[in-house]
Amino acid sequence: MAHQHGFETDKGLSRRMFMTGLAMVALYVVVFGILASLGISMVMIVIFEFAFLFGQYFYSDKIAMFSMQAREVTPEEAPQLHAMVDRLCALGDMPKPRVGIARSDVPNAFATGRNPKASVVCVTEGIMKRLDDEQLEAVLAHELSHVAHRDVAIMTIASSLGMLAGIISRMAMWGAMFSGGGNDRDNNGSNLFLLEIATFVISIAVYVVSFLLTMSLSRYRELAADRSGAILIGKPSVLASALVKISGDMAKIPNNDLRKTEGMNAFFFAPAFSKGSAASLLSTHPSLQQRLDQLARLEKEMNA
Amino acid sequence: MGLFDALRGRTPQVAPNLDALFGISTGALTLESQLDLISSGQAGLCFKSGSGASEKDNDQSITDILSVDAASGHVSLTTDDLGFTWVVITDADVSSLATRLHGANATLSDHGYGPRLLCAAFGFLPKVAPGEGEVHMIYLFKRGTWYPFAAQSDQRRNNELELRVRSFVGDDLPMEKDLSRWMALWNLPVA
Repeated sequence: MAHQHGFETDKGLSRRMFMTGLAMVALYVVVFGILASLGISMVMIVIFEFAFLFGQYFYSDKIAMFSMQAREVTPEEAPQLHAMVDRLCALGDMPKPRVGIARSDVPNAFATGRNPKASVVCVTEGIMKRLDDEQLEAVLAHELSHVAHRDVAIMTIASSLGMLAGIISRMAMWGAMFSGGGNDRDNNGSNLFLLEIATFVISIAVYVVSFLLTMSLSRYRELAADRSGAILIGKPSVLASALVKISGDMAKIPNNDLRKTEGMNAFFFAPAFSKGSAASLLSTHPSLQQRLDQLARLEKEMNA
Repeated sequence: MGLFDALRGRTPQVAPNLDALFGISTGALTLESQLDLISSGQAGLCFKSGSGASEKDNDQSITDILSVDAASGHVSLTTDDLGFTWVVITDADVSSLATRLHGANATLSDHGYGPRLLCAAFGFLPKVAPGEGEVHMIYLFKRGTWYPFAAQSDQRRNNELELRVRSFVGDDLPMEKDLSRWMALWNLPVA
C-alpha cells in the first residue's frame, strides 16, 4: 500500500476513498471465494494474494506518482524545492529521496517508497502556491519523517496482517464446515448454505475490523511524523500554521480562475449533487485539532 | 437539478438571481468599519458574449442596450484575456454603484443575456495603502451568493483576509458556503 500523505481536504473524497477500500475488500473476498470454489488450492491463492501485496509494496513509489499524475523534477527544474530537501536530509542524516511535483491545485504532499533509498517525496503545485518557504519546509520535514519512519513498509505489513486475519478466519470456518457436514447427508444442503453465508459475513467482518485498525495506525503514524518533522525544523508553530493553511477552510478555496475549467459549471448548470461527510474513525489522518494540540504541546516543551 | 435530468443528461439553464445584490451597501459599511476597506468606486459585470457572425457587432449592441449610462461616462466595456466581456461601472457611492449594476443587469437579462451572466465584482481598497491589499467582493448570479477575492502578486490569494471578510460581512450578505466555489478571478479589469 502506498503511504500517501493527504492533508485532509475533502470529506466527500475521504468517504469515496473509504467506500473504495470497502469495495476492494469485498472484491477480494468474492474473488477469493470464486477461486476456492473452482478448486484452486488455498496455498496458491494465499501466494497470489501476497504476491499482489508485495507488488504494491515494491512499486509503491511508482503507483503513487502515477495516480497523483506527478513527475520527477531535476534540481535544474526546481532548484528551490531540491535545496530544501537537501538541507532537511542533511539535518536528518538520511539519504535524499527523489523529488516530484504533481499538477494539482489541491494543496497536498506525499512521500512513498519501500525504503529511504528508493523513496520519492512529492508536492502539488497547489501547496507551493499557498505556502511560504518556511511552511513548505515544515511540510517537507513531515514527509521526510514518513520516509525515515519507513511508514510504507509498516502500513504494508499492517494491511497484510489484516488480510491474513481474514484468510485465517475463512480457513477456520471451512474447517468447521467440512468436519461438521460429513455424516448427515440429508441436512447437508441447507447447512452448507448457511455456513457459506456465515463464512462470507465473518470474513467481511474481519476485514472491516482490520481495515479500521489500519486506519487508526495510520493516524498514529501521522502524529509521529508531525512530531519528528517539527523537531527536525525546530519550529512546531510553523508546521501548525502550514497545517491550518492546507487542511482547514483555506485548503478548499481554489486558485483556479472562475472563467476557466469549472467556470462552465458555475455558469450554466446547477450543481448535480451535494456533498456528504465522513466520520473521523474512517480517516487516515487525525483531526486538524488533534495535530495542532500536539504541536502546541511540543512548542511549549521545546521552549521550556 | 433532479436525478431524472441527470440521468437524461440534461441540465436546465439556471435563471440568474438578481436580488441579494443590494446587500453590498450594508456590506461596504461593515468592511469599512471592521477591516478599513473602502470602495474603489468601480464595479464590473462579467458575462460571456456569444460567438459567430451574428455577434460581430456585439459590443456595439451592448453599448446601445446600456446607452443611458454610456453617455454619462459611467460605463465602459472591456474584453478580458479569457474572452469574457466586462461592463465596468464607475461611481463613488456604493449604493448607486449597486443600483447602476443592477440596472445593467436587468437590461442585459431582458435582452436574453441572463443565462450568460457569470458574476459581478465590486472593488475595495485599503483606507491607508498598502494595508493588507485590495479585496474584490464577487457576486455569483446563478447562486445568489457572495465571496471575497483578495489577489496578491504571482497568482496567490490572501486566504486569511478572505476568511476574515467572510466572518465580518456574513451577516450583511448571503455568503457562498461552499468554499470550493470561491474561484479566483485573476487580472480583474475592475479597480
